[in-house]
Amino acid sequence: MINSSLKTLAQMLANKEISSVELTQTFLNRIDAYNPEINAYIALDHDRTLAQAKAADARIAAGSATPLTGIPIAQKDIFCAQGWKTTCGSKMLENFIAPYDAHVITQFDNAGAVNLGKTNMDEFAMGSSNETSYFGGVKNPWDFSRVPGGSSGGSAAAVAARLCAAATGTDTGGSIRQPASLCGFTGLKPTYGVVSRYGMIAFASSLDQAGPMAKSAEDCALMMNVMAGFDERDSTSLNRDKEDYTRELYNSNPNKPLQGLRVGLPKEFFAEGLDAGVAKVIEDAIAEYKKLGAEIVEISLPNTSLSIPVYYVLAPAEASSNLSRYDGVRYGHRASEYTDLMDMYCKSRAEGFGAEVKRRILIGTYVLSAGYYDAYYLKAQQIRRLIAQDFEEAFKKCDVIMGPAAPSTAFKAGEKVDDPVAMYLQDIYTISTNLAGLPGMSVPAGFATSADGKPLPVGLQIIGNYFDEARMLNVAHQYQQVTDWHAQAPTLDKPEGTA
Amino acid sequence: MALSTEDIKKIAHLARIEVSDSDAAATLSKLTGILGLIEQMQAVNTDGIVPMSHSQDVVQRLRDDVVTKTNQREAFQKISPAIGNGSEARAVDGGLYLVPKVIE
Repeated sequence: MINSSLKTLAQMLANKEISSVELTQTFLNRIDAYNPEINAYIALDHDRTLAQAKAADARIAAGSATPLTGIPIAQKDIFCAQGWKTTCGSKMLENFIAPYDAHVITQFDNAGAVNLGKTNMDEFAMGSSNETSYFGGVKNPWDFSRVPGGSSGGSAAAVAARLCAAATGTDTGGSIRQPASLCGFTGLKPTYGVVSRYGMIAFASSLDQAGPMAKSAEDCALMMNVMAGFDERDSTSLNRDKEDYTRELYNSNPNKPLQGLRVGLPKEFFAEGLDAGVAKVIEDAIAEYKKLGAEIVEISLPNTSLSIPVYYVLAPAEASSNLSRYDGVRYGHRASEYTDLMDMYCKSRAEGFGAEVKRRILIGTYVLSAGYYDAYYLKAQQIRRLIAQDFEEAFKKCDVIMGPAAPSTAFKAGEKVDDPVAMYLQDIYTISTNLAGLPGMSVPAGFATSADGKPLPVGLQIIGNYFDEARMLNVAHQYQQVTDWHAQAPTLDKPEGTA
Repeated sequence: MALSTEDIKKIAHLARIEVSDSDAAATLSKLTGILGLIEQMQAVNTDGIVPMSHSQDVVQRLRDDVVTKTNQREAFQKISPAIGNGSEARAVDGGLYLVPKVIE
């Protein structure tokens, strides 16, 4: 049951083989058993969760179920959910109980899905290992000595360890795709503007985008049907017709389902810095795509290496502005002792933010300060356009772009935590799509063996053109019809004291 | 440009974050590494390139000038910061937020 697809679970619920309460309790039992070790969830409320499951059962009995009614979903703790503690992984919001729902939460509530709890994350989504969380790191279910990636590390571990049926994440520079790669499941960052940012705690507003993290492309498509859609409360939400993201999954030619699909391989994604074991897995995945009928085209994204410097100007600049709201006046952490208002601001923020968040606020403040704006912020915005133009050129020659989602497999906890620049390079293959606003996915493609002999998951990245999520999901789905990498789950030791 | 610990303290003040001298020194070495990464941008010729702020060229939507929000003062003030160590006291009084005196 814990490995079943969302479609199968929906059928089981419809046929009364299980109730949502039973299904939810199954996941809650696993959470109670494994979460103390893995630390994927940082807020749980079993009574509230089971009340939602009960309501879902009533809705199913009344015949008004949607495809996700009664399905237990983990929510990244970046989404405000009314009555739930919503911390964004920060001491600043340690006691913040959200007074309203994010659009994404409303959408899941309207669909009748069950909120299993709030998942751990890097503080304010700033990190690639989940180690900047005020609530502690998250263990990678494939190897507890390693990180799950980040910033959506809690959601990633929850999906991989089967502590939820599916989860939500957000991706500003790779925070869905990199953990999906490191934990071995399917994750999608949609086109910027497709999922509303209302009630999603802001990091870098021109890059932040929410998306699904799940066991398969089909599950991601079903999640997208709930998450995507116009919302007038987000000024950058795009007013487009409602889409069915599953529409391309079931009508392919069975022999050569991807006949004629042009797959672009950017040579910059296979250059120096890519782990050899990861490269081998990606090459094998590309070979599999050829068998499915795809045609391989070499392309170039010449400004790839500039995406990291550009990102580390733009994202901190936007963050320094967004995070200026945390001043200790109306909500969030307030220092207990201070001399005057200025001192209250400075102490509350010094105490409430962790080291990485402070670093990014300082970088952002610096690049926006008088005299430096043109040299940093404006320059970065100009190169951002060059990066977007690289993709525009590339998509004249291909339908989708493929490559690795992350340069390595999961690394050891503590390995990069003191070296911000090494940590930032984790996102070398993902950041450019955020800058361009394009959709990107990570799809399990196999395992690479670590130096200490552990098989660790590798994700194939699929980048599509604007609004091409349905096609990308089908491209991933067809691969998942002929491979079973996506279906593999880590074997977890039973915690001590359990049968 | 090479930064000094004095620069760090100035930037931190602009960002309203208190830093001690030892924090400033530790922050300096990390920030210098990050700014070194950012410097790579300067080698690129961007003459005549229009800056890109968002991926989609959309214009700001307008809406009718009508009230869309309801007053939720009570709900919002329930989550005001706790003041006083460990007590239940909140930084609100009579519907107003409490802050240190700013006008003599």
